[in-house]
Amino acid sequence: MSKKIREYIAELLKEKKIDGFLGLKKESGQIIPYLFSEISELEELDTGDKDGKVIRYPLNKMLIQLSRRYPDKTFGVFVRGCDERGLKELFKWNQINPEFVVPVGVACSEELAKACECKKPYPDQCIDGEKVSGISNKRVEDIDSMEISKRLRYWLNEFSKCIKCYGCRNICPMCFCNECSLEKIDLIETGKIPPESPIFHLTRAVHMAGRCIDCGLCEETCPANIPLRTLYKKVTDIIDEHFSYRPGYDEGKSPLNILGARPDEG
Amino acid sequence: MNFKNVPTVCPYCGCGCGIILQVLDGEIINIVPSKSSPVNEGKLCIKGWNAHQFVYSPKRVTKPLMRKNDDFTETSWDEALDFAVSELSRIKDQYGPDSIAVITSAKCTNEENYLVQKFARAAIGTNNVDHCARL
Repeated sequence: MSKKIREYIAELLKEKKIDGFLGLKKESGQIIPYLFSEISELEELDTGDKDGKVIRYPLNKMLIQLSRRYPDKTFGVFVRGCDERGLKELFKWNQINPEFVVPVGVACSEELAKACECKKPYPDQCIDGEKVSGISNKRVEDIDSMEISKRLRYWLNEFSKCIKCYGCRNICPMCFCNECSLEKIDLIETGKIPPESPIFHLTRAVHMAGRCIDCGLCEETCPANIPLRTLYKKVTDIIDEHFSYRPGYDEGKSPLNILGARPDEG
Repeated sequence: MNFKNVPTVCPYCGCGCGIILQVLDGEIINIVPSKSSPVNEGKLCIKGWNAHQFVYSPKRVTKPLMRKNDDFTETSWDEALDFAVSELSRIKDQYGPDSIAVITSAKCTNEENYLVQKFARAAIGTNNVDHCARL
């Protein structure tokens, strides 16, 4: 945790450019999300590095709730490359107003970039951290190289581990719908574990198309260790291949985004 | 504008998963699993993800209920406790202490569970103690 980022946020708070900064802090040995509103609190600011792991929370999802309640307040928010992609998409989906958000970016370490197989492990504007280059999707290639019946067996086996906790949806910063197809009784039968396979997981995968920004929080929170990130990486590749649109990277809007006006039309 | 994240422990089973309550202006709006809890390492089951929902449920029991004429009727603590004491005493005197069993809960604290087993053994005089944590 460098001084640079603290000073940058302190300046934003001091000049009243933001009303609060949504980041992470250490509290009783844990790392938790925190809304900083005083400069003196910034001593406790944390980037989430703990015991060789990087702790991340869906801060953008919290930002959606904060900005809905306080639409005229401006919030600073801690972003990594994936979070910044998320913000860009949430602006396009009219979930957050870009005029009221100040992202404060940090580049990810090479180690984290590799673990994530992240194409762009840094935000456009980095306040801190060394930018490292992107990594290609080896995990998708590995599965694509499987013979098709083996691939089907692989996925059905993975889906059969699901305990239907809805954690993948709950933690997803891009899941903002008021109504969720995964709770529609006509589509997904209730009272059964694992949930109907593969409809449950494929429904979610289809909804991630043109929306997933590859943060990997879903896979991290899955108690059954289903490789959800690989599934959504593949879905993202398919959209890119057919519509030349990669969420969080490309200008314009996802072909599947039919919400509201275009961002440039307000 | 008051947004707090309160680290605590899931009140459901005995695992003790770390959860973080997200409190906006005094109202719990969401739960996230604690990523730094060594117990659940950022994972939760469906009950943990929804552990805050009972807080504002209108179905919560807020007063003691007593079965009167086959219906649960709201009553005072005094009446409920008096009735429990007199019936437990009557059953113990008539059939002996082992005719009574005590069921504790993973939702209670360690201290509460200690008290319940102490009550069973010292006050009633039975080892019939069990718990609901057979999830």
